[in-house]
Amino acid sequence: MTTAAIATELPRDGRGRHALGWWGMVFLVVNEATFFAYLLFSYFYVASAARGTWPPSGSPELKIALPNTIILLISSGTMVWAERGITRGDQERLRIGLLITFLLGALFIVLQGIEYGNKMFTPQSDVYGSLFFTITGFHGAHVVAGLLMNLFVQVRAWAGHFTARRHLAVSNVALYWHFVDVVWLFVFASLYIAPRLA
Amino acid sequence: MATLAPPAPAVDDRLTRIWETPRGIGGMLSTVDHKTIGKRYLVTSFVFLVLGGVEAAVMRAQLIHSNLRLVSPEVYNQLYSMHGVTMMFLYASPVLSGFSNYLWPLLIGSRDMAVPRLNALSYWIFLASGIFLYSSFLVGQAPNDGWFAYAPFSLRPYDPGLNMDYYALGLVFLAVSTTVGAINFIVTFFKLRAPGMSVNRVPIIMWGTLTASVAIIFSLSSLTVACIYLFFERRFGMHFYDPAAGGQPLLWQHLFWILAHPWVYVVVLPAMGIVSDVIPTFARRPLVGYTFVALATVATGILGFGVWVHHMFATGLSEMSLSFFGAASMVIAIPSAVAVFAWIATIWTGRPVFTTAFLFMAGFIILFVIGGVSGVVTAAVPFDWQVTDTYFVVGHIHYVLIGINVFPVVGGLYYWLPKMTGRMLSERLGKWNFWVMFVGFNLGFFPMHISGLLGMPRRIYTYPSGLGWDTANLITSIGAYLFAVGVLLFVINFFWSLRRGRVAGPDPWRGPSLEWSTSSPPPPYNFAVIPTVRSAYPMWERPEQREEAGKEPSQLDRGPVLDQGRETVGTSSLDGEPLAVLQMPSDSYWPFLLAFSLLVLFFGLLAPVWALVVIGGVGLLVCVIGWLWPTREERELAMREEAAA
Repeated sequence: MTTAAIATELPRDGRGRHALGWWGMVFLVVNEATFFAYLLFSYFYVASAARGTWPPSGSPELKIALPNTIILLISSGTMVWAERGITRGDQERLRIGLLITFLLGALFIVLQGIEYGNKMFTPQSDVYGSLFFTITGFHGAHVVAGLLMNLFVQVRAWAGHFTARRHLAVSNVALYWHFVDVVWLFVFASLYIAPRLA
Repeated sequence: MATLAPPAPAVDDRLTRIWETPRGIGGMLSTVDHKTIGKRYLVTSFVFLVLGGVEAAVMRAQLIHSNLRLVSPEVYNQLYSMHGVTMMFLYASPVLSGFSNYLWPLLIGSRDMAVPRLNALSYWIFLASGIFLYSSFLVGQAPNDGWFAYAPFSLRPYDPGLNMDYYALGLVFLAVSTTVGAINFIVTFFKLRAPGMSVNRVPIIMWGTLTASVAIIFSLSSLTVACIYLFFERRFGMHFYDPAAGGQPLLWQHLFWILAHPWVYVVVLPAMGIVSDVIPTFARRPLVGYTFVALATVATGILGFGVWVHHMFATGLSEMSLSFFGAASMVIAIPSAVAVFAWIATIWTGRPVFTTAFLFMAGFIILFVIGGVSGVVTAAVPFDWQVTDTYFVVGHIHYVLIGINVFPVVGGLYYWLPKMTGRMLSERLGKWNFWVMFVGFNLGFFPMHISGLLGMPRRIYTYPSGLGWDTANLITSIGAYLFAVGVLLFVINFFWSLRRGRVAGPDPWRGPSLEWSTSSPPPPYNFAVIPTVRSAYPMWERPEQREEAGKEPSQLDRGPVLDQGRETVGTSSLDGEPLAVLQMPSDSYWPFLLAFSLLVLFFGLLAPVWALVVIGGVGLLVCVIGWLWPTREERELAMREEAAA
């Protein structure tokens, strides 16, 4: 490309892979992923050195956690559906998709709260309790952050801010939401499934 | 309109109006200009260097002779802890962020960093977390468990004050700044290089900072997790490090060193980049082995993740793990040696000009070799057992960190300050500056190896006479004060240059890279036209030669002007092919307000005053929403575009 063409022919703004904000979100997600990697590293480190049974109170129940995992996975699907909608300029689909995603995410948090209430141990009882509540708690905090982001773009979606060409904020929130879901799979596999395999 | 012709004064005026930050307090708090942010980083981290230096000076006064009692053991603990925290976290890394923030857009022919508001945020949080950490002195409860804060000493039963709460919260707070800054560097590296500037044409400092930034993204969370555990355990009675409840004190050490070893490379790789970029200018030839030096930089960063256990050789780990990490630590000497030979070869085959900046770089090479050798020997496990927690290690860490960080930094300032201020520093005072620092440094820190081998443990507030340590300590203290005088000479030279220094002009050193193609100091928009780059040393190209060789020359004075708003060119990640004209954000108060909200929140957590936590949290939320909510112009632009489509 000649230098003359740079000023005249290039798109006036970066979209998709060219958008700086999108790249910022990608690396934020990588950073948050390493945060969870170190949380889980601590868990396995302590577990491997534990004397006696691990977890001390037996493997955590799946009665709530398994359905909750499915709820979160479905919410990723509805987020994809919403984002695909706005790429075709379908405002309604974006709004409804975001709303359903929000409700599913909120349901996840409520069920998580119920599971917390059923626990026979506390963060203070022993190292397992501290790790369990800290790891799942930070995941929950990330879900709440995702819900707040969702709320933010939802308000903008109802105000009609997004178009088929300009919806970077939606893409960023969707990326973050998928991250929160994927990282839950790792947390779920480590805290709920792994002890059953041992 | 965008034009190709060399820019006219009218164009300069227009660009200035677009990019200039208004004067006054409003502009100060809202600016996103990378040059202002870079200078703030440099000045602030230099202030922390002086504060850390004062702490060191008090300690050296206490140790100048046996049985002295200038300060109490408790105060001494706080002094060495804050000295370490300050130098490692508040000086060594931020000062390099200062260089990179100031220089990067100038080095790559861009008008700003990729995410300018995050850039401003990262500075404000750095400042706020520094204030947070230093406010601990006001209540007499500064961190007191060393900069690596080993559990279980750091736990509440053994250390009941606020000291380690300050540490845990302060480092989590600072980590936000560092992370945000790292993301900004990575995105800038891959998206904003001038057209034609492929990745094999960037100055080496960019490889250094890129590697450091990637290392930060992958390792900093480890320290954050460790500090969060520490805070939860201290404040809420949880059990991560407490063996009585199944916790693991060694977990702290693992998490800490998984970050803190790569951190060594975070604070040296960009500085080594400075060396690789300054030496060619004064050797009057391109760097020997550019590709190998760039690869060595990246390789060091990667290997740096596999050696953290060498800080834990004396903790009783299995022999297998000791052998593995010992060997890995020795391997890391290879890329370092590659860089050293490249520098020596560049000087050897060049025609060196012995300026002050060059002296600092050459001095650095010597110190780097000494610090490297004392590092390689401690990678040998039996030797490490002998010197663990002695002054030998203290000597080593100072050779590495002062040698590889402070010397290139001061040399780099002699090189680039004329660009930043438009004035030259005094070369005559500069030569004194170098020699006083160099002699003082070696006099101060070399004897530490000896006192360490004689068995002197680190972190003791005083020592009895008759152990044979007195002479070495006396020399160390004298050397340390001489070194401090050297740093003072630099500060004097800086202020002298601002008033009396010779006017630098755009290119006082006949430098090779793009920053020398614009005025000193550069205008708010950096470059009147976006340059096109065809070699690693665009300012040294001879167009006739390139044309004979059938290669296109770089174009520095002709190109797109982009004067329709805050715009710069976005290019492809590897080849630097132009992809888009990017709209850059304007000045904003949100970064400052957000950092302030976080400060309130962290003080609330510390006290603890939950009302402050809520106020800070709500402030945080408001700032994020205000920051991200589109302005009317942005919405109108979207609508116009939609109508056009």
